[in-house]
Amino acid sequence: MATDNKTADTDQLQEFRDNRDLKLQDKKNENLTTLNLGPTHPATHGIFQNILQMDGEVIMDAVPTIGYIHRAFEKIAERRPFYQITPLTDRMNYCSSPINNMGYHMTVEKLLGITIPKRAQYIRVIMMELARISDHLICNSILGVDSGAFTGFLYVMQEREHIYDIYEEVCGARLTTNMGRIGGMERDLSPKALHLIGEFLKRFPKVWAEFEKMLTRNRIFIDRTVGVGAISAERALSYGFTGPNLRATGIDYDVRVMNPYSSYDDFEFEIPVGSKGDTYDRYLVRNEEVWQSLKIIEQAYKNLPEGSYHADAPHYYLPPKQEVYTSMEALIYHFKIVMGEIDAPKGEVYHSVEGGNGELGFYLVSDGGRTPYRLHFRRPCFIYYQAYTEMIVGGQLADAILTLSSLNVIAGELDA
Amino acid sequence: MELTNENVLGKLIAQFGEENIFDAYDPDGIMTFTTNRENIIALIQYLYDDKDLQVQFLTTMAGIHFPDHKGRELCMMYQLHSLRHNYRLRIKVFVPIADPVLPTLTNIYATANWMEREAYDFYGFIFTGHPNLIRILNIEEMEYHPMLKQYPLEDQTREDKIDTYFGR
Repeated sequence: MATDNKTADTDQLQEFRDNRDLKLQDKKNENLTTLNLGPTHPATHGIFQNILQMDGEVIMDAVPTIGYIHRAFEKIAERRPFYQITPLTDRMNYCSSPINNMGYHMTVEKLLGITIPKRAQYIRVIMMELARISDHLICNSILGVDSGAFTGFLYVMQEREHIYDIYEEVCGARLTTNMGRIGGMERDLSPKALHLIGEFLKRFPKVWAEFEKMLTRNRIFIDRTVGVGAISAERALSYGFTGPNLRATGIDYDVRVMNPYSSYDDFEFEIPVGSKGDTYDRYLVRNEEVWQSLKIIEQAYKNLPEGSYHADAPHYYLPPKQEVYTSMEALIYHFKIVMGEIDAPKGEVYHSVEGGNGELGFYLVSDGGRTPYRLHFRRPCFIYYQAYTEMIVGGQLADAILTLSSLNVIAGELDA
Repeated sequence: MELTNENVLGKLIAQFGEENIFDAYDPDGIMTFTTNRENIIALIQYLYDDKDLQVQFLTTMAGIHFPDHKGRELCMMYQLHSLRHNYRLRIKVFVPIADPVLPTLTNIYATANWMEREAYDFYGFIFTGHPNLIRILNIEEMEYHPMLKQYPLEDQTREDKIDTYFGR
């Protein structure tokens, strides 16, 4: 891992910062304009406020305010039985809810000591990678919109609809999916779902190749993104960057490879890395990750093992509905699970998955009760958004918008 | 040196002494131990600088409230990760709720800035030396720290939500 990677214009930037400090000191000389970017500006794609100090078009300072859609998930989670917390996780990174759902399920399974069958793990991998594609697809096409290319956005949005059709077939919902259960999936992949995934695998590569063709070597797009919002690998690590934003700086940290979960070690794929950590690199890394995700889905789809789609854990996994009507045991378990009367063992676990934006971690402390004693979400957006000020200072206002969309800050995950 | 929980723990105890590194256990494969607030910065700096360990990534920080532990009600959990060796560890510091003061970590990790603000916002930890210790997710006028266990989630004046109806 290279940590000595510096952005090309570090010296210039340092010089600029030294001057900036002097200029900020004589703020009262009315040389600077205060500009309110947000909270509800369409170009910020979410509710973020930044109070900017501008010297003409150049940003001298930014003070971010967050928390506009804070919903106290960590507090609510302390009151709810385990299975009722999954819907909360949907609403964090709502561009890739299945990853959040699965990450949470795996955390609880780790606490309960349940191993789930291979087939369920493979189904999870397929759904998580579809979610990653839909996440990156939004991020990159929005980046196009913000730099003036609306067409690509509408074009790939159609593919997101197809991904959502697959979600719908698997779990019944499209955006906030609440997919799967503690102990596996709620149902097996139906023939229709398999068909939709197969169709998607055939159709999507062409669409994505065309999208890449439109932007990757586009003169205007390159001019707008190269060298914009750059961060060095060293600073990115200090700021706790993970995911595509860290990999764009040249560090190949990917949770799927370093701490494989859900059978990720069965699949062959590469970790794309960038070199400069600017907006263009982040765009390229996400683009390439979409191809790698496709590769993973293809492998999982072809080698989907036979077997059960859930673990044999009657205490935690709901019995089939028809058994509830005919068998006393099933009825009891059903009642106890739904009423949340199943106690989890005492313990403390941390589990992390590679979310759309980086390491999505769940730290769960259980005191042996029906609810978590403490559930902490390590939300990658919250952690790296604090570097935003450092990344936009010295650039122009229009570049700040691009930097924000290339970081893929999702308000729901930022504020939890 | 191979990084196993025993090796790392032995190394840290040799450096900081048994009175400062205690209650070590391994709940989920990640070594967890407790230290006191006088040593936390030196410890994390040591983990950062040591050539064998290179624990240079702060994964997360989380506060926990244990109202029944008299004199050590508040717990701060630091989870660190050595990306070089793929080794994780978890450090806990317990402080009394009457004096929830901890030194800031912002001089080592820039990311500690917002994590500490979050801990202040929700649990009332005070981080000495923090550059900007103000609330982050809740409104500034709030007069309490909502994640503390004495604050119930639901409105206690409501009569239609009786716990027994919900299996609680």
